[in-house]
Amino acid sequence: MIRIENVTKQYPGNPRPALDNVTLEVEKGDFVFLVGASGSGKSSLMRLMLREDVPTHGSVHVLGDNLATISSRRVPFFRRKLGVVFQDFRLLPNKTVAENIAFSLEVIGKSRGLIETAVPDVLGLVGLEGKADRLPNELSGGEQQRVALARAIVNKPAILLADEPTGNLDPATSQGIMAVIDRINQAGTTVIMATHDKSIVNQMQRRVVELSGGVIIRDQRSGGYEVKA
Amino acid sequence: MRWGFVLSEIRQGLRRNMSMVISVILVTFVSMTFVGTALVLQLQIGQMKNYWYDRAQVAVYLCDAISPQTVCPQGESSPDVKAAVEAKLKSPTLKPYIQNYYFENHEQAYKQFQQQFKGNAVAKYVTANQLNETFWVKLKNANDGEIITESFTGQAGVEQVRDQRTYLDQIFSILNAASLTAISIAALMLVSAALLISTTIRLSAFSRRRELGIMRLVGASNFFIQLPFVLEGVVAATVGSLLAVGTVTGLVQFFVQGFLAQQLPFTSFVGIGDALLVAPVLVLAGMLLAWFASLFAIRRYLRI
Repeated sequence: MIRIENVTKQYPGNPRPALDNVTLEVEKGDFVFLVGASGSGKSSLMRLMLREDVPTHGSVHVLGDNLATISSRRVPFFRRKLGVVFQDFRLLPNKTVAENIAFSLEVIGKSRGLIETAVPDVLGLVGLEGKADRLPNELSGGEQQRVALARAIVNKPAILLADEPTGNLDPATSQGIMAVIDRINQAGTTVIMATHDKSIVNQMQRRVVELSGGVIIRDQRSGGYEVKA
Repeated sequence: MRWGFVLSEIRQGLRRNMSMVISVILVTFVSMTFVGTALVLQLQIGQMKNYWYDRAQVAVYLCDAISPQTVCPQGESSPDVKAAVEAKLKSPTLKPYIQNYYFENHEQAYKQFQQQFKGNAVAKYVTANQLNETFWVKLKNANDGEIITESFTGQAGVEQVRDQRTYLDQIFSILNAASLTAISIAALMLVSAALLISTTIRLSAFSRRRELGIMRLVGASNFFIQLPFVLEGVVAATVGSLLAVGTVTGLVQFFVQGFLAQQLPFTSFVGIGDALLVAPVLVLAGMLLAWFASLFAIRRYLRI
C-alpha cells in the first residue's frame, strides 16, 4: 500500500536532512500514528506521501505509483486516491457545508447525479445531518473538522492522511473526531495520522511510528505515545 | 468535464476583477485596432501596386527645340533618330521585355495634356512644341524598367528616359512607412496588453488561492484548474478584438469608402471585403495572445 525505502529528504540551505534514510511500510487497512517533536520529520513524511515533495534519495511507492518518477501530469489523478485533512480545516468560507464537499467532486469532473447522492451520505457518516446549508463560520471547530473529513473521504479514497486533525480542538471534541476517523478506518481506509495528542494515541492503542531528528526511532504495534518504561 | 462549473467560475472571475477586465478589453481594443489598420494599409498598398504597376509605363522623351543644349546639342530630333529608337525597341535584345509601345507626337501630347489639365491655368500657356515627342513603352514585367532606362539614356536625340514606377515607389514608401509606424505602435501595445492580461489573471488567481489549493489537494487536473482563468483572459481579449474589428470595419466603410473614395475617384481603395478579411486575423490574434499570457500567469499557481 505504502512503501517508503531509504528515503532521505534534504531541504536546500539546511545541512541537516529532514528525513534521514527512513524506511517504512504500511499495509492496507492499517492505522498509523506518526508521533515526534516538532521538526522531527512528520510533516516532511506526509508531504512525500502526498507528492507535494520528492525525496532527495530513496523511493516512495503509494498505491502502486512510484512518486519519485510519476509525471506531474499524473499527480492529480494519484491524489484522487488520497484523502487529506489538516489542523486548520481549509474550508471555503463562502460556500456552505454541502457546497464545500460538492466542490471537491465538481473539480474532478464527477456528475451532478453522483454528487447529489454522495454528499448527504457522507454528511451522515461524519454526523452532520441537517447542517448541509450552514456556512463554515456558523459551525464549531469540531464540526468544521467533520466537514473537512467528509470532503476528504467523499471520493472513497484508499488512504486518509491526517495532519494533526485534533490540533485545534478541545479533548472532548477530539474524541468525537477520532471516533469518526476510527469508523473510516473500520470501513477499510488506511489511515496515517500525525499527532501530538498523547491521550488519543494512548487510548487508541494502534501502530505508532516515532520520529526524532528525521530518523524512525520506534515502530510499535499497539503502542502508546511514549515507550513505557 | 463540468462545463456549468467552468462557466460559473469564469463569470465569477470576470465580475470580481471588473476594472481590470475592462482595462484588458480597452488595451486589446486599441492594440488590435492598430494591428488592423496596419493590415488594411498593407492591403491598400498591394491593391494600388497591382493597379498602378499594371498601368505604369516607361517614357522615352525625345529632344525638341527647347531641350537643354547639354543633352540635346542638335535640337529637335530628326526622323532618323525616331527610326533608330524604334529599331532598338524592336530589336531582339529588348523585344522580349516589351509588351507594346506607341509613339506620341507633339499634337497628340498636347491633346493629352489639355485633357489632363483641363481647367488648370497651365493648360492655357503651354504650346504643342513645348511638349516632347515620346515613345511610351509598356513592359511585360513592371520591374524591368531599368533595362529600358539603361538602353536609351545618353542616346543621341533622347532627352530623358523616365520610369513612371519611380513616382509610384515614392508614394508606396510613404504608405509603407505609415503602415510600419502602425505596426510598431501595435507591437508596443500588444506587449502591454500581454502584461496586463497576465497581471489580471494573477490577481484573479490570488483572490481564489484557497480554491486553487483545495483543487490541487483533491486532484483536479491542471487543465481543469487553468481553464477558467485562461478562458477569463480569452473572453476579455476577444471582446477587445471584436471592438477593434468594428472600428477597422467602420474606418474602411465610412472613412475610406465614404470619404476618400469620393474625393479621389480614380484610385482603387480597400473595401468592406478587405476589412472582413482582416477581422478573423484580429480576433484570432487577440485570443492567442490572451491564451498564452494567461497560461504563463497561472503556471506559478500550478506547481505541484
